[in-house]
Amino acid sequence: MTTVEERPHTGFGRTLRKEDVRLVRGKGNYVDDVRLPGMLHGALLRSPYAHAKINSIDTSAAEAHPKVLAVITGETLKGLGLAWMPTLSYDVQAVLATDKVRYQGQEVAFVIAEDHYSARDAVELIEVDYEPLPVVADAKKAMAADAPVIRDDKEGQTDNHIFDWESGDQAETDAVFANAEVVVAEDILYPRVHPAPLETCGSVADMDPVTGKLTLYTTSQAPHAHRTVYALVAGLPEHKIRVISPDIGGGFGNKVGIYPGYVMSIVGSIVTGKPVKWVEDRAEHLMSTAFARDYHMRGEIAATKDGKILGLRVKVLADHGAFNATAQPTKFPAGFFHVFTGSYDLQAAHCTVTGVYTNKAPGGVAYACSFRITEAVYLVERMVDVLAYELKADPAELRMKNLIQPEQFPYTTKTGWEYDSGDYPKALQLAMDMAGYDELRKEQAEKRERGELMGIGVAFFTEAVGAGPRKHMDILGLGMADGAELRIHPTGKAVLRISVKTQGQGHETTFAQIVGNELGLPTADIEVVHGDTDQTPFGLGTYGSRSTPVSGAATALVARKIRDKAKIVASAMLEVSPDDLEWEGNRWQVKGDPEQGKTIQEIALAAHSSLELPEGVEGHLDATTVYNPPNLTYPFGAYICVVDVDKGTGGVKVRRFIAVDDCGVRINPMIVEGQVHGGLADGVGMALMQVIAFDEEGNHLGASFMDYLLPTSLECPSWELGETTTPSPHHPIGAKGVGESATVGSPCAVVNAVLDAIKPYGVRHADMPLTPAAVWGALNGRPIRTDLAIP
Amino acid sequence: MQVPAPFTYERATSVEHAIALLGELGPEARVVAGGHSLIPMMKLRLARPDALVDINGLGAELAQIRVDGDDLVIGSLARHADLLGSAVAGEHFPIFHDAEKVIADPVVRNFGTVGGSLCQADPAEDLAAVFAALDGVATLRGPAGVRQVRVRELHVGPYETVLAPDELMLELRVAIRPGGGSAYEKVERRVGDYPVAAAGAAVWLDGDTVRDVGIGLTAVGAEHFAAPEAEAALRGQPATEESFRAAGQLAAEHCNPSADQRGPVDYKRHLAAELTTRALLRAAARARGQEA
Ligand SMILES: Cc1cc2nc3c(=O)[nH]c(=O)nc-3n(C[C@H](O)[C@H](O)[C@H](O)COP(=O)(O)OP(=O)(O)OC[C@H]3O[C@@H](n4cnc5c(N)ncnc54)[C@H](O)[C@@H]3O)c2cc1C
Repeated sequence: MTTVEERPHTGFGRTLRKEDVRLVRGKGNYVDDVRLPGMLHGALLRSPYAHAKINSIDTSAAEAHPKVLAVITGETLKGLGLAWMPTLSYDVQAVLATDKVRYQGQEVAFVIAEDHYSARDAVELIEVDYEPLPVVADAKKAMAADAPVIRDDKEGQTDNHIFDWESGDQAETDAVFANAEVVVAEDILYPRVHPAPLETCGSVADMDPVTGKLTLYTTSQAPHAHRTVYALVAGLPEHKIRVISPDIGGGFGNKVGIYPGYVMSIVGSIVTGKPVKWVEDRAEHLMSTAFARDYHMRGEIAATKDGKILGLRVKVLADHGAFNATAQPTKFPAGFFHVFTGSYDLQAAHCTVTGVYTNKAPGGVAYACSFRITEAVYLVERMVDVLAYELKADPAELRMKNLIQPEQFPYTTKTGWEYDSGDYPKALQLAMDMAGYDELRKEQAEKRERGELMGIGVAFFTEAVGAGPRKHMDILGLGMADGAELRIHPTGKAVLRISVKTQGQGHETTFAQIVGNELGLPTADIEVVHGDTDQTPFGLGTYGSRSTPVSGAATALVARKIRDKAKIVASAMLEVSPDDLEWEGNRWQVKGDPEQGKTIQEIALAAHSSLELPEGVEGHLDATTVYNPPNLTYPFGAYICVVDVDKGTGGVKVRRFIAVDDCGVRINPMIVEGQVHGGLADGVGMALMQVIAFDEEGNHLGASFMDYLLPTSLECPSWELGETTTPSPHHPIGAKGVGESATVGSPCAVVNAVLDAIKPYGVRHADMPLTPAAVWGALNGRPIRTDLAIP
Repeated sequence: MQVPAPFTYERATSVEHAIALLGELGPEARVVAGGHSLIPMMKLRLARPDALVDINGLGAELAQIRVDGDDLVIGSLARHADLLGSAVAGEHFPIFHDAEKVIADPVVRNFGTVGGSLCQADPAEDLAAVFAALDGVATLRGPAGVRQVRVRELHVGPYETVLAPDELMLELRVAIRPGGGSAYEKVERRVGDYPVAAAGAAVWLDGDTVRDVGIGLTAVGAEHFAAPEAEAALRGQPATEESFRAAGQLAAEHCNPSADQRGPVDYKRHLAAELTTRALLRAAARARGQEA
């Protein structure tokens, strides 16, 4: 452990997180902690069916409950024009079902009562006459001729098709494949999983009937985007909406979109004239909020006999659930899946993605996936291992042979993306050295002799994070650029206001450190304000690892504006020309006369004083900026996982995990490592135990933490972290995002390790999750295909 | 937050008081001990008792773990954590510590009770298999008085026991016999999860011969959580891996697992054999003093 220094901390480096002073003492303030005078409580009635026509809804018994104030159904909303709302993918989603329900757990009615218990009791008093309809739970059956049409609400929709999308050059790729010595194909599923933040979603809506101002406390990763969407949908004037995201207990992309419950708390407050709280429970959260993945992929890889990878061809069937509510830049229906070419120098690549509707919950978000990069990396890293299997090649060597070389950067992929910087072989070599790769292979060979199963899994990933630029990337027309405002008080303390919103990533510390690094102010002297649209500049929020690449850049640049302004003030104070000043860590000083200088604190006081300021300087010390990223940043890493498999039970023990991450310049290495630790645990969870499964009737089979398992410390080894540092050339401080790197890179390392362990049994591929039952099945000659739930 | 349907709540001040309350409140009243099975089911509204009778104040009477003559006695209100921490239980029956280490998590173990586990009669309950292996006996008390029921006769089906609505489980007894060893083996998808399958074994050796044996199985649809056919076949046999494997096979043949997200039928049946064998091997090693 590195110790944390005690003198006032300034700039980059390890320092305790400012937010932990409240969070570790249980003094955080989450949405469910919000209690307003006269506040009422809402609860949703949800559909027990995956697909059913609603014949009628009888709310009379619920309305008769002594503590119930109102019961709202889809019919009520229809009258207000609010029964449907737009999704982030240019589709619509029912706020409360009117015609029929399309997935189990869909919102049907909303009860408002004096307390939460009564609201729940009254939900059970609502009688709905459902007429069950045939169900499409399996994406592979969604396009069958006889499949029921789920979205018959949409004009002209006669099947369950949503979109076709492609990337890369098909003819070029086909030609490479036609001439290749080796072509290997594999069907690879990335099962539906769930972000499962520990805090479920919720909101408290407070519509002031006098001022007409709506204050919405809500679990949002993107408060500004939410405000604008509410203004557009509900017709409320935007300046009369204040969205506050207080402390957020984990998001992982799950809290990017707008859920019917949020809207209903607003409607409830308008209807009753009182604040209305709605907080969903765990089962509701796992059943109805944005899932992730559900990508049915077929990969083909072309190579020479001696292991030079030539091309990749991929077909994806994407299950988007009942409404296309994927949270991603609007022009990117398959997110950034383009990066399925991974970290390799290829001659050609092509992929197609077809999105379909099913009778399952909508979403298809991040979950720390940087817009489908998790799926892309999983695909390519599995395919490389599949190729290694066929060529009887060592998976690390095969990767080493094909990685993009340092001198090739900036590197343009076959799908047209420009990777900014990297030294891939160095990262992989470091991971191999840390692991003792050759020794591990020796140990494995000895164990195999004795019939023991040990596996070594290798994965290399390239991430693409920090969306925009705004001209390419927008959400519902809102360009992906973010603002920052910095104000230095007369006494030299600073307030930074940013548009992104932490869900636990430590923004209050990291962003203070960026300001401190630019201005020489102690971290403790910089307050970071975020998560309140009335107090912060516009911007698109935190997801896709974009906070540091985008808002981190905005913060550095706004601090530099202050520094420039301070220079002019300092020149007035010192009575020298600005050209004679130079910046020295925390002060402007006279070139060649270091005795003569002024710190930011001194300058701040002067800027607010009666000092005569030079022409063109307005006084005070504040600045604003908007940062529109010129490109994404491309963090990368090399991961090696070591597992032991019990062949009698199929149980997998992750023995070691070596993670070398390169996220450019590290602002607070401790926070970076925390992000990596969390992502690695996530990866173990997805690889070994997680799937949101459904039966043929569309019944959700994972609506509790007894069914949907989160890994614990006992499933995780003591992580072994390494780093290389390749700064981003286009980011003001050379930083790249890191929030999702480990979630992107780790699942495949674990899966590759398990498959490496059971290679003697002739198993080339198996779908996640590799539960004991699944591994035992593979050992006994069964292909592992994770489809629906019950084998 | 999930919240239960309305119910009333009474706190029992003695065993007699608890039984009287249950009688007064009628068959829709439930005892609440640790509440870690009952309350989650109430919050999901799968259980809707009219009333709860809280017995947590009866620790002095019901939470003891002690040796009484030739019996180990475990009070029904002993927490999982008490049993895990009990030196006397571990000394005589290491199977208790094996099992308690892998039941739920520390938070649940601090509250969940031994009696609550057995009365819940979850078909995947670990302690049911442990007490079946040890052939433990439960003491029940109702308005008419006290009766003894073998744990192997306590469960009549999933979530169903022979207890009358106004009967209370007081304690569990396990006979301490010389020459014994015991062990528990469980496969779970993740720590704290209910078992995919688990097996407990207790063996008593005469030299290298199995004098007596108890085998408990859970989560695999074994009737009364036991494997009587395997036990009968193993009695009098040499205590070798071969006979243990044969017993494991028999245990597997006679259980009746069902498929779910934890695994398919044949896998669970395989585990019944594999884990029974492993538990027998470890129990025998302990009986020989070869393993702690
Ligand atoms: C997260 C979690 C994980 C778990 N994992 C496991 C696991 O891995 N393996 C496992 O075996 N179990 C597991 N459990 C179950 C746990 O062991 C039980 O919840 C607990 O021990 C039951 O005891 P209790 O005191 O909480 O019972 P309660 O919930 O209080 O009661 C359960 C039932 O028993 C009745 N009852 C209780 N005491 C008495 C009595 N003295 N006389 C008559 N009736 C009584 C109650 O009326 C009720 O019907 C898990 C539970 C949780 C919440």
